[in-house]
Amino acid sequence: MAKLGRRTFAKRAGAATMAAALPLPAVAPAIAQDKPVKIGLLTVKTGPLAQGGLQMEQGINLFLKHRSGKLAGRKAELVVGDTGGNPAGTKTKAQELIERDRVDFIVGPLAAFELLAISDYVAQQKCPILSLAAAEDMTQRKPNPYFVRASATSAQSMHPLADYAAKELKLKSVITVTEDFAFGYEQMGGFQRVFEDSGGKVLKKLWPPIVTPDYTPYLAQLSGVDAVVSGFAGSNPLKFMKQYKDQGLALPIVAGSVAMDDALLKSFGDEALGAISCSAYTADLDTPSNKKFVEGMAADYGNVPGIYAAGLYLNGMVAEAALEKTGGKTDDKEAFIAAMRGVSLTDTPRGPFHFDHFGNVVGNFYIRRCERKAGKLVNTTIKTYKDVSQFWTYDEKWFLAQPVYSRDYPPLKS
Amino acid sequence: MNLWLLAANSIAFGGLLFLLSAGFALIFGLMRIPNLTHGSLFMLGAYFGVSLIAWGVGFWPAALAGGLGVAVIGGLIERLLLRRLPGAELAQVLVTLGLSFMIADLCLMHWGGDPISIETPSQLKGASRVAGVAFPTYRLGVIVIAVVCAAALWLMLERTRLGAMIRAGVDDPVMARAVGIRVPLLFTVVFCLGSGLAGFAGVIGGPILSVYPGLDQDMLPLALVVVILGGSGSLVGAFVGSFVVGLLYNFGQALVPELAYVVLFLPMLVVLVVRPAGLFGRSSP
Repeated sequence: MAKLGRRTFAKRAGAATMAAALPLPAVAPAIAQDKPVKIGLLTVKTGPLAQGGLQMEQGINLFLKHRSGKLAGRKAELVVGDTGGNPAGTKTKAQELIERDRVDFIVGPLAAFELLAISDYVAQQKCPILSLAAAEDMTQRKPNPYFVRASATSAQSMHPLADYAAKELKLKSVITVTEDFAFGYEQMGGFQRVFEDSGGKVLKKLWPPIVTPDYTPYLAQLSGVDAVVSGFAGSNPLKFMKQYKDQGLALPIVAGSVAMDDALLKSFGDEALGAISCSAYTADLDTPSNKKFVEGMAADYGNVPGIYAAGLYLNGMVAEAALEKTGGKTDDKEAFIAAMRGVSLTDTPRGPFHFDHFGNVVGNFYIRRCERKAGKLVNTTIKTYKDVSQFWTYDEKWFLAQPVYSRDYPPLKS
Repeated sequence: MNLWLLAANSIAFGGLLFLLSAGFALIFGLMRIPNLTHGSLFMLGAYFGVSLIAWGVGFWPAALAGGLGVAVIGGLIERLLLRRLPGAELAQVLVTLGLSFMIADLCLMHWGGDPISIETPSQLKGASRVAGVAFPTYRLGVIVIAVVCAAALWLMLERTRLGAMIRAGVDDPVMARAVGIRVPLLFTVVFCLGSGLAGFAGVIGGPILSVYPGLDQDMLPLALVVVILGGSGSLVGAFVGSFVVGLLYNFGQALVPELAYVVLFLPMLVVLVVRPAGLFGRSSP
């Protein structure tokens, strides 16, 4: 199929040269726009991260289908690179996409360690990149001028979650538990800061290794608090919640966005009931574009979409809006990225949002409770935090002067 | 922190590890094949179980059928591939490693990337109180299954003709062949048995671990540690090794979480240096 595409392209290019030979210079821009917009997708289709990676591909494919394969009047072409879920693979694929396929911008990759492996490279190449990777400093202390993030930073959903936990759930003390890696540290750092500023106490922070077949040693430490904060990702939430229930534990669970992702709900059983979570995307949001998106995902893939599919759909919308502003042009990279960061949308699957001057999203975050409706588990939105910035309610300068959230920061107060 | 809970769980987790690694120990001990597809066979069994249960088969029959299915696949792997590479350890490592990647991708294609949980069988749902500690009933069941399997395997090895042939093959394959034991057939039987055990363990582990891409790579190192600690080819070694690893794993992660992997792998290094044959293994001739 790719071959066919290239051949038709060659034909068109031939036609373009002939047309250019005619004394009609005015048609030249129109012909330039006949060239498709090339979107490079960096995703993971193999290995343990494939679950999120495949959903990302579904999200962008559905978006292009909804637009009949055209963005701002230009034909759109998707080139997919499978990173294999490792930094070296990501670098190789990013180079292929940029230098061989000459993509106009990249959507993806999924994980922070993949993004960090190519961040400098894409900046050198001036290739705009719209990623779901949540690493805080990409839009904070070490910003990349070509980066746009329409989903959330690691802590962006944890700030409102902590606010809700302290003020509405009236929780006084919690233990946090999540994987022993940067995404986990940043999530729980954000939770801790806001929770403590609202008068709550974090008694313990537990960090099981990413690969932990059995959580019992950690479950044995969960007691003497009002609730447990879970920040697991990938397939770990499933294992954790099941073992939690099997252990007979009954403390309420408050969870980060991917720990209770809508796409995971079909895998959960009753153990997930009652869990409170916060996410940038919620499948039950009542906007026209979200309805269309959710229905499309159900029809084409039989899936309830979560943040991965929604994130890519959103990235598509951002790119489309930017192309409309530049009149379909992508040659001037500076203008293109400026247009992207200037995008402000009202009807999207995650509600209205715009970007701050670092290219990070300012948008709604949804507090949901997991319930069973008509036999199926769903996350029902119970509160919306509007226009949440990555700095929460803190002063940006003060926020950036603090160290980035880490395993030991903020430290536990004991 | 509840030490009794950790102790009880160490035993339950050790039981699951035994089901996983008994087959690995037999295969490695008898055939000297470092079978790196073992984790994949575990995962494949779990996925078979998922499909069978989705078709309405009960949990226990699904576990047996999952084990049987994987045993057949194991037999095919041995007959079609490994048989052609006798004694070529590097080639065996590469072939089994490559196979494990292929199986992982095929599973991803067929079952998708979403984690799937296997429902705990209804008889064993919930928690029981053991010595005043709430403990998942299903895990008690896993301990029983592991002990029954261990006893059955031990009887098979020590009391049957097949067992005697396997022991002879482990101790001295050349001599075994010379006295008329059909060692190649024995190899296939043992490979089927080891694979089947792994597949069975996959379904049994399902309600605890759930099934997801990457499960294979999560379990393989644990099987390796068990067998290196316990000694290859020794059932007793695999049994004791499993519980030692279960204890190290649970107490290590609870008491010194920063050093969880050090606690798990350091004993393996020490055993390798001090007693390369493992705690219960006989040094090869």
